[in-house]
Amino acid sequence: MIRVTRKIEFSAAHFYHNPDFSEAENRRVFGKCANTHGHGHNYTLEVTVAGEPDPATGMVLDLKELKDILQREVGDRMDHRHLNFEVPELAGRIPTCENIAVAIWKLLEPKITRGKLDRVRLYESPDLYADCTAAESTGGRG
Amino acid sequence: MRQALKVSLTRRYRFAASHRLHRPEFSEAENARVYGKCSNPHGHGHNYELEVTVTGAVDPATGMIANLGELDPFVERQVVEEFAENVPTAENICREIYRRLKSFPAARVERVRVEETSKNSFEFEAMASEQA
Repeated sequence: MIRVTRKIEFSAAHFYHNPDFSEAENRRVFGKCANTHGHGHNYTLEVTVAGEPDPATGMVLDLKELKDILQREVGDRMDHRHLNFEVPELAGRIPTCENIAVAIWKLLEPKITRGKLDRVRLYESPDLYADCTAAESTGGRG
Repeated sequence: MRQALKVSLTRRYRFAASHRLHRPEFSEAENARVYGKCSNPHGHGHNYELEVTVTGAVDPATGMIANLGELDPFVERQVVEEFAENVPTAENICREIYRRLKSFPAARVERVRVEETSKNSFEFEAMASEQA
């Protein structure tokens, strides 16, 4: 099996706020991220697809095709958007790195028809990222 | 299709430290043979990069596996303290950091990765049976 990874970048605004919390609680739990004017990140998304290379093309899948899927499903939805207000897939969820990674997995998984979606890794900054994988793909450890 | 998903969060930290690779029970020649330049008695240092990976359920109230407001001070406290025993190879540093972090209460610490230089990295992954 070969794993193929493609990267795209997008920039988006968000803030963390739970309407069930008091303002004080929101500030305590979310700190500066609770500022409801929002703030932004340059996100880097790495998407990994696993499969066997097609003997006819030598490819697991055409990376151009994967690039187009990432652009359509993620770039067009999230780039230069406010994640709290403009992305229906995140409605009712706090747009943390973890939740965005899960939403991206759910958007991409049905669109990957060659190979299998193996991992979604979303960097919020070079020092923080979330990974989303299928629970059974952890080699029997989980 | 509804499939079970696994989510993890990885945070990167930096610290600088000096060390010397040396075993007192080895002769000087043996230390020099096994550890080379790293056994220089005056020591040397690295800018270490540390990646800590936690896994667990995403709390619907916060959207988080672990709040960085809790994880960051915990790692600072547990890792910035000095390292005591063993030859301070990056392998041992990696394992020792895991030992110090595995008690993090809010999520399971799954992986610790130490970059000693941009060319060397070391990873310790907890077995599924190892509970935080």
